[in-house]
Amino acid sequence: MIGSGEGGDGGIKPAVAAAVVEVEGITKAFPGVLANDDISFDVRPGEVHSLLGENGAGKSTLMAILSGIQTPDSGQIRVDGAPVRIDSPRKALDIGIGTVYQHSTLIPALTVLENLMLGDSGKLLLDAAAARARLGEFGALLGVEVDPEARAADLALGRQQQVEIIKALWRGSRLLILDEPTSMLTPQAVKELYTVLGRLKADGLATIFITHKLHEAVSLGDRISVLRRGRMVGTLDADAVASTPPDKLEQIVIEMMFGSAAADLADAAELRVGLDEAAEVGGAAAEPTARRAVGEPLLELEGVAAPGEGTDPGVADIDLVLHEGEVVGVAGVDGNGQRALAEAISGQRRLSAGEIRLFGAPVNRLNVLKREKLGLRYLTDDRIGEGIVGSLSISLNMFLKRIGQAPYWRYGSVRKRAIDARAEELCEQFDVRAPGVETRAGTLSGGNMQKVLLARELSFGAKVVVFHKPTYGLDLKTTLGVREMIRQMRDGKAALVISTDLDELLEVSDRIVVLSRGRLVGEAEPGPGAAERIGGMMIGDVSLSLAGAGAEGVE
Amino acid sequence: MSTVPGNELLTEVEVPNRAGARSGAVGKAIDTAIRSLVPVLLALVAGGVLLVILGHNPFAFYSSVWEHGAQGKAWQESAKRMAPLLLIAVGLIIAFRANIWNLGYNGQFLLSAAIISGLAPSLVNDLPLGLAFLVLFIVAGLVGAIWTIVPALLKAYYDTNEIITTLMMSFIGVGLAQILIKGPFQDPSVNIAQTKVLALSKMLPHIPGTKVHIGVLVALAAAVVVYFAISRTSFGLKIDVLGANPRAARHVGIQVRQLIITSFFFSGLLIGLAAAADILGVWGYIRANWNPSYGDTVIPFVFLARLNPLAVIPFIAFFAVLSTGGTLATQEVGLPTDFLLVLVALILLFMTVIEFLGRRRSLGRSYLPNGLRAALRLPGGGKKDEPAAEPEEKPKEVAR
Repeated sequence: MIGSGEGGDGGIKPAVAAAVVEVEGITKAFPGVLANDDISFDVRPGEVHSLLGENGAGKSTLMAILSGIQTPDSGQIRVDGAPVRIDSPRKALDIGIGTVYQHSTLIPALTVLENLMLGDSGKLLLDAAAARARLGEFGALLGVEVDPEARAADLALGRQQQVEIIKALWRGSRLLILDEPTSMLTPQAVKELYTVLGRLKADGLATIFITHKLHEAVSLGDRISVLRRGRMVGTLDADAVASTPPDKLEQIVIEMMFGSAAADLADAAELRVGLDEAAEVGGAAAEPTARRAVGEPLLELEGVAAPGEGTDPGVADIDLVLHEGEVVGVAGVDGNGQRALAEAISGQRRLSAGEIRLFGAPVNRLNVLKREKLGLRYLTDDRIGEGIVGSLSISLNMFLKRIGQAPYWRYGSVRKRAIDARAEELCEQFDVRAPGVETRAGTLSGGNMQKVLLARELSFGAKVVVFHKPTYGLDLKTTLGVREMIRQMRDGKAALVISTDLDELLEVSDRIVVLSRGRLVGEAEPGPGAAERIGGMMIGDVSLSLAGAGAEGVE
Repeated sequence: MSTVPGNELLTEVEVPNRAGARSGAVGKAIDTAIRSLVPVLLALVAGGVLLVILGHNPFAFYSSVWEHGAQGKAWQESAKRMAPLLLIAVGLIIAFRANIWNLGYNGQFLLSAAIISGLAPSLVNDLPLGLAFLVLFIVAGLVGAIWTIVPALLKAYYDTNEIITTLMMSFIGVGLAQILIKGPFQDPSVNIAQTKVLALSKMLPHIPGTKVHIGVLVALAAAVVVYFAISRTSFGLKIDVLGANPRAARHVGIQVRQLIITSFFFSGLLIGLAAAADILGVWGYIRANWNPSYGDTVIPFVFLARLNPLAVIPFIAFFAVLSTGGTLATQEVGLPTDFLLVLVALILLFMTVIEFLGRRRSLGRSYLPNGLRAALRLPGGGKKDEPAAEPEEKPKEVAR
């Protein structure tokens, strides 16, 4: 069923199994970015090859090339020693390269079986019975049980991913590529994924495991390759990986990822904090912030409910108090009402019930602009789609929330010099790197875009700030900088951090509430075992949930 | 493993200039000029080829257009033609910048024209002439503006596609104008469906020394005022934000509904003023079957000028000459006047070609602002030229 790669006698190292897929000298440039620069590596049957690198290191591009979405500018891909040209996703599947993407590609309205049979669409008639049998085989192989008739939309994310893996292997793949497979999963689902991968490995499948989380790469990979800024820094071979103790290995890999600069980064250790470590090692890195005396309540939510939009669920029965000097994290798997909560607070979405009070006074009837004038800010998670206007300059983007206000507009006319001068100060303060404040914001990198947004939200008298996925897709340095800014909110202000990155919340928050299916289901303080408890709440383990919540479903 | 140089990871990837783009302000200006003028020139050449095929001498034809449209005193006719064209163009620019497709200009124009044609004959006698003109201009503007309210409310509150609603309202407006002309405003002394003719002495006064009515000055003033409003005021910036990224507009607290209604209002207002300038300055009455469709011919020039109210003036002047001179020139050689529409269509065609080529090479800026361009293009296609959209940094919620 899953091929075991018998070919490939092309004189490669005789001691180890011949590579299923070899990549040599792959180069791919995008406008302004050399995404892949002369990259070479290979994958062998029965091994998990971890591909590690920061955001922007070129991992996804390499994966896109292997799965036929992008074609390389130069370089060669060999399967079983024979050069191939992968110019379409279909070709990749024909060759036997199956890919599981970070985000679900299942069609929500179809059943599991129907989704899988989409891969058979070359045939005129669909053979449901054969497909069912095949699904059964895969279920046995992976050690999971999937209901063929369940609608994809009704499956938990971890289960969806298992279906995705089966889908990738459906037509007899020999190489499985997993792109950031754990980013959307709860800690429990991650464990299940490890088990599944172990079984596939035993069956002789070659796997490329793409991740930016160090501990996953180390704990799962037989070999580890590190990409940095489009270049292959190096590969740790199986012997090295097997013979080195995990923490030493992490040290080595950190050095590969960041060079000697890693030593200068005081916070680099935090990179290593994984959910498991946090639980087992017990807060070695995630130092629990000492419980501080907090001040007056700044933001209060009482019985707040807001409707969903499209596939994006709403929230209900939200009770939450944010005190002065406090950073509260909101944990939860993506798509559990995070956006509805953030927009309800910012004023972008109407409440269907409940009350929001800012500094003790109700703000339900105030619009976005009036709330923002009071000092309530919302750092959106969708910085390209909602945060910036790409065609406008950096300076105008920094002032989009105070259009028409003195002293930047006077007698109805814009005072461009005043705006540019202030924007230059802000660029300095927030370390925005751009040719000038006139630069169109759409040409900035993700990190600089985020800094422009931070400058806009954190300046001009911010008191209470809602951060929504504040470090998503950012490079390490910007990430650390943003987290530091969040910590500084403790100085007389307050922050609500909505994030799907539990490590991040454990690091910055004084306490963490958990959002599940549009309701707050529990609360925990960072510390030993917090990750496990929060993970349990995220997937609906009700032992810690608030009484009464979940009595009736949202919507 | 190799050691890697120190602080390298701390620097962001620099964003280099777009590959192949001409650098510097001068180069950009040249690019833009080329891109604006080339479609017009190509259309004239292709039109010439067409004339040869039809058995006419293109050089004689074009010089005849120039002679009848610009030489001697002919320019005054063209100048008068500019008034309604420019006002409609500026009205469309306001809406288009906000990414609002007000295609109901014919209905807005004709309804305003019918109503002031009906009101003018009695008003100019009852009121002092200056005051009468003021009232008529205001009425015309308001009629045009009010005729946008239904599409505006539907778009603001129900996100109804305004292309459809404005077109539907346009048909209703044209029909209503005919009912008014054949009914209450019918001149009883004639047999054809038309309103009472204004006396020449009761028409808009001329600019001293010319036969050009002052409606042209109103149009030029409107272009300048709208240019100022768009480039300097908060209203203009809000419109640009709405046009470029409606979700950002909502996020930054712009009252999107209010802004949609306001943009529609001013768009219709200016189109209504165009009707007043044309009726009171040139025609003095309206017939039921009259529909000059000014808006249809103006649209290509609005985009050639990249929605800039000042840059559109020379294009409108060009078209005014082509249209007044061309009407006579086509009659001279026995062509239907619709040949002029063929030229306009050719301009549109070549704009499309250049826009397509411009995407591949750096042929100056697009005719469309970024927001519109992105809205018109295939999903994801517009991101190609933005280095920020490097694959690893695509936003998570692309699917929404």
